[in-house]
Amino acid sequence: MKIDLRFFASLREAVGRDHEQVDVPADVQTVADLRLWLAARGEPWASALGNKRAVRAALDQIMVGGGASLRDGAEVAFFPPVTGG
Amino acid sequence: MSVSVQFEDFDAGAELAALRRDPGVGAIASFIGTVRDINAGAGVSSLTLEHYPGMTEKALQDIVDQAHARWQLSAVRVIHRVGELHPTDQIVMVAVAGRHRGEAFQACEFIMDFLKTQAPFWKKEVTPQGARWVDARDSDDVAAQRWNTTG
Repeated sequence: MKIDLRFFASLREAVGRDHEQVDVPADVQTVADLRLWLAARGEPWASALGNKRAVRAALDQIMVGGGASLRDGAEVAFFPPVTGG
Repeated sequence: MSVSVQFEDFDAGAELAALRRDPGVGAIASFIGTVRDINAGAGVSSLTLEHYPGMTEKALQDIVDQAHARWQLSAVRVIHRVGELHPTDQIVMVAVAGRHRGEAFQACEFIMDFLKTQAPFWKKEVTPQGARWVDARDSDDVAAQRWNTTG
């Protein structure tokens, strides 16, 4: 399953890129699975997406929790808690 | 167009005047957020606002739609700037027009509370100690959550 990743703000800086396309294995089915899978790639992913960081996610440009189901071709963004306004 | 995300500044007076053209409107409540020259104990010389193009507009429109579903409103206008800003610059404007002040005040605060926690904007500020990302405040989450319980 192919996923288009987007990263923003401090998380974008931590991983050193603003987007990436990944092909994830079949057992990666939710946004939380994807975060764990990315963190397991080692640094800088482990620190940027690990449990110690407050990370929010959007699936196809809608803010979601970790349980949201992925689909082939989905756009998944990871970012820190928002600070607009 | 009820929602705008833009680099340019905006004319708050002109925006309010546009809402006032509807003769059914009896109340307009508005909020303008501006850049402060101090945050978390340090001087701020500039601020850069990053956002998630595409999602940002949808998230703001969703918040406006929720406000319309909750209160009888004539019109809502939301403008949020992005890019580099400096102290005293306008960042955001929310203006709500309705028949009476009660729903206008409430909807304006509701929209700001959800914008603060749901719209994908991030601030990075420049201080004498260097550039730093602004941390989200727990008090903003609390402010948004109270709308779930106090109907």
